[in-house]
Amino acid sequence: MSDSVQISEESVAKATDAALEAVSGAATVSELKAVRTAHAGEGSPLAKLNATLRDVAPENKAAAGKLVGQARARITEAIGTREAQLAEVEEQARLAQETVDVTAVASRWTEGARHPLALLMERISDIFVGMGWEVAEGPELEHEWFNFDALNTDGDHPARTMQDTLFVEPEGSQLVLRSQTSPVQIRSLLDRELPVYVVAPGKVFRRDELDVTHLPAFHQVEGIAIDKGLTMAHLRGTLEHFARLMFGDEAKIRLRPNFFPFTEPSAEMDVWQPNAKGGARWIEWGGCGMVNHNVLRAAGVDPEVYQGFAFGMGIERTLMFRNELKDMRDMIEGDIRFSQQFGMVV
Amino acid sequence: MRVPVSWLREFVDAPETITPEELHAALVRVGFEEEDHHGFDVTGPVVVGQILEFVDEPQSNGKTIRWVQVDVGEGAPRGIVCGAHNFVVGDKVVVSLPGAVLPGPFPISARKTYGHVSDGMIASARELGLGDEHDGILRLVELGLDAEPGTDAIALLGLDDWAVEINVTPDRGYALSIRGVAREYSHSTGVAFRDPAVGLRAEAISGLRRDGSAAGRPGQPPTIPVTLDDQKPIHDRPGCSLFATRIVRGVDPGRPTPPWMVARLALAGIRSISLTVDVSNYVMIELGQPTHCYDLDLLQGAITVRRARPGERITTLDDQDRALDPEDLLIADEAGPIGIAGVMGGARTENSDATVNVLIEAANFDPVSIARSARRHKLWSEASKRFERGVDPAVAEAAANRVAELLVELAGGVADEPIWVVGGYAPREPIALEGGFVDSLIGAGITDDETVTSLRMIGATVTETEGGFEVAPPTWRPDLNTQPDLAEEVARIVGYDRIPATLPTAPPGRGLTREQRLRRSVANTLAANGLTEVMAYPFLSAAQIESFSEPGATLELVNPLDGAAPFLRRSLIPGLLSAAQRNRSRGLVDVAIFEVGSVYTPVTAPSVAAQPLPSGTSRPTDATLAALDAALPPQPRHLGVVLLGDRVRKQPGQQAIEATLTDALDAARQAAAAVGAVLDVAQSQQRGFHPGRTASLSVAGEVIGVAGELLPSLALELDLPARVAVVELNLDRLLELAPVEVAAHAIGTLPAATQDVSLVVKADVPASAVHAAFVDGAGELLEHAELVDDYRGQGVDEGTKSLTFALRFRAFDRTLTAAEATESKLAGVASAAAKCGALLRE
Repeated sequence: MSDSVQISEESVAKATDAALEAVSGAATVSELKAVRTAHAGEGSPLAKLNATLRDVAPENKAAAGKLVGQARARITEAIGTREAQLAEVEEQARLAQETVDVTAVASRWTEGARHPLALLMERISDIFVGMGWEVAEGPELEHEWFNFDALNTDGDHPARTMQDTLFVEPEGSQLVLRSQTSPVQIRSLLDRELPVYVVAPGKVFRRDELDVTHLPAFHQVEGIAIDKGLTMAHLRGTLEHFARLMFGDEAKIRLRPNFFPFTEPSAEMDVWQPNAKGGARWIEWGGCGMVNHNVLRAAGVDPEVYQGFAFGMGIERTLMFRNELKDMRDMIEGDIRFSQQFGMVV
Repeated sequence: MRVPVSWLREFVDAPETITPEELHAALVRVGFEEEDHHGFDVTGPVVVGQILEFVDEPQSNGKTIRWVQVDVGEGAPRGIVCGAHNFVVGDKVVVSLPGAVLPGPFPISARKTYGHVSDGMIASARELGLGDEHDGILRLVELGLDAEPGTDAIALLGLDDWAVEINVTPDRGYALSIRGVAREYSHSTGVAFRDPAVGLRAEAISGLRRDGSAAGRPGQPPTIPVTLDDQKPIHDRPGCSLFATRIVRGVDPGRPTPPWMVARLALAGIRSISLTVDVSNYVMIELGQPTHCYDLDLLQGAITVRRARPGERITTLDDQDRALDPEDLLIADEAGPIGIAGVMGGARTENSDATVNVLIEAANFDPVSIARSARRHKLWSEASKRFERGVDPAVAEAAANRVAELLVELAGGVADEPIWVVGGYAPREPIALEGGFVDSLIGAGITDDETVTSLRMIGATVTETEGGFEVAPPTWRPDLNTQPDLAEEVARIVGYDRIPATLPTAPPGRGLTREQRLRRSVANTLAANGLTEVMAYPFLSAAQIESFSEPGATLELVNPLDGAAPFLRRSLIPGLLSAAQRNRSRGLVDVAIFEVGSVYTPVTAPSVAAQPLPSGTSRPTDATLAALDAALPPQPRHLGVVLLGDRVRKQPGQQAIEATLTDALDAARQAAAAVGAVLDVAQSQQRGFHPGRTASLSVAGEVIGVAGELLPSLALELDLPARVAVVELNLDRLLELAPVEVAAHAIGTLPAATQDVSLVVKADVPASAVHAAFVDGAGELLEHAELVDDYRGQGVDEGTKSLTFALRFRAFDRTLTAAEATESKLAGVASAAAKCGALLRE
């Protein structure tokens, strides 16, 4: 072993300098790994020097050991530092390489939408639920008694002709597609304890040819309140509250005398739509009135004790003037673009 | 109802300067909705001209035009080219001079035509908006008019008049007359009303020679006796309560209808036909009482008002031969029917241009009887419209007299006999009106004094009683029968604007029902998952129904709008497929749509109801109500879904993913998850669906729907892509079967042990069965097992498949060892082996 290099300041410094130079010269993590093997691994110059420790005289062993140990520590530290630097650089490069155009990222989600008529009926229901009312429902295919007789519309009324109402085969089956949501009034009064405050949104049918303002199947919302002491003032109050929530605080209601078999007195209601695009305006909104005593009697309610009001309006029509739509047919044709312009909100 | 303003002004003092808008506003206040307004739309120089001379000039196109010199009051005549030949030199005509605008609008200018400069136009009646007459120009002599050349023809012909059109609700038939509208205008504005009927009752008819009293002179019967003989009254009300006749002789059939009458009728929407007919129409518009004029010389004997006899027929004025129904009320002479009462007269006794002697009829008919006849014969005449709504019984006599008066005045006739009236009318029964009642319904602080004033204003007789009033409504208001009817009248007169707004307080409500909340949840969930809600047309063709429904009862409409689509849907799918087709035809090829709606699923076809309809005047018994409901076919709410095209579209780095059964099942599961239900899926076959790619959907063991792909041949037939994924389920049942409350439990937090297991089974064993058997055997340590692979091919025997499940085990009280997890797994394997013949694939 005498021909081998001995531990000395010179030999350690030489090996250390060579190692540090190689470390700083490593350009990648893998190059650095090779440097680590060559200068800090087994068989590296320092490892070899370290191996000569056993030949060092005992009195010099401590100093020689310290000299080699310090050198190895410096190299290890340098490798660590360089490794962190290189890893950071490589991480940055990798991230840079992974950059995508966020405006062109693929989507696995498809846009869906609710139908605005359904959303509008839900919105209207929520307004009345907020007043303590309940939402009632009834069959679309109705018995004539509920659709007509119970609503003070006797057999000779023009509404009961083949011209206006859709009848189910065979003739005389007494089954019709309800021409109004009003049968739900009767069902509500028959089924519930008084007082009754309900709204009934739903689908109704008329023998109207399809055109820009008519659908043979369309939607209405009907409201009825039967209690002690209700008057037309309560009717107006309810409608006005409803109108404000639908069209803003400036909305108001105008009543004009009209005729419906199921109410007396009856009124046509106009709503002042303050937020209309072309400027605030009065819009015909629906019909209303005090429930006819005959209707109350048909539902088993004593008109001497209870009275109340009812109102109804078309949902399609409301959507049309509320959202400035021109053609009602778009609502029933199922073109997905129609619903999608509303998305989840009406 | 169209109301010419000049006519209205005869009975109320409306301001000279009133505009259509102001008149509408006044009438809206008392309940007549605005419909439209009408004018003649004639402006500019339109004057009377006199034909001085003309030359006939044949043209190369075969026509002969006239080059006419016309004096229009300017000194020098004007040269005008005219195509008509129905005039002679000296005739007075109507000339539109350059600058005038006729209806169209048709501006008149001096223009070169047929080799002349035509300096204006000689107008026909139609060009002036005065009717349909266009065979030649309008000659003033035809109207019985004469005026100096240059006279303003617009004023002369009444073309400066205009009319408002209002909507008259069916309860207010009296307002289908100038008399009624004038009264309402008076109510609205407070100006005085002069009732045109008042001066026409009984004696006070000027210009008529009267030979006797209304009852006739003793011993001198009427020329045409009238008998009311209704053997079959409807609802116990006789078809005819009153029948007035009056004879006018010596009518000159050549007399023209005066222009003011033509103009007013035109504005009222009625075409001028002949003087007698025009007079009859004029009186109907003025007083609201339809009248009929028979040719007296064609009548055969006495008149009877009766129901039709079996097999009887009539040819009506429109030349239609009609079979009569025994319920039709007729006017008949001794030779048979001469008119369907209140609906249309007969051709046999029709007035013609040879008629000189006229019998005027003014009668009062039962509204229901007339309405039924009009409906039966599809004859909605101006007369039937009024009778259906109720005509003032007190005005019949006045109307007959008014027609006579006009025929005397305008047609040179002589009323040679008194009016004869058969029948009559009872005074109206008074209505007991409680004091304070009106305001208890209206809530506008209306006093009893206001009530009395308002009711008297509308013509009611009001007398005070203890605690209230007795109110006898006027004869023209058959719609006023109850206290609320009177309340409406008072509120209308006082003004609905006085009603304040008071919000009532409802008792505390229950909010939306569970079903209402969950239905919203389903729709919102599907929309959030990329489906678009639509509302499809609910009427279907037989082919559409049969594509998906097994043969069986389907509801059909008696009177469908579209004869090709008379059926009510039993399924939402056909409507959704139509919507899909429409989207594709508009270039939208990727469609994912859903609908929530009712379908109609009769168990058996409906039949003619055994019982007549219960009365609407009182509550039917519970048993009757139950029977009504039992007659209704089930009509459950369904959820339908249709997906086609790409579910995920091709994008950068993303291949397109076609919509398939996967998406149908996902939509079904999303809907179920939205209501807290767990959907079980099983292999199934169903009409219209792909036999190998269809699943029945069940909850708690009950099949509630189907998910699958459409039969490819059906898709092709519908011009849809080969793969159409479809779901339909009974939403009502889904909600009923879904748990009302969620069964929740504690969550284990100790470490889990995960393993896989691969089980080889026969290829036709459903994965769900293997899963269920394994889970059952593995016991409670198995927290989750999920199918991750279905392998067939090399290493697995032919006819079998290897199903790999990823497993997660966990215990609540300890960290599981691998051995415990393996033991649980093997128990699962044993169970799968026993139930499904599964072998553990090593």
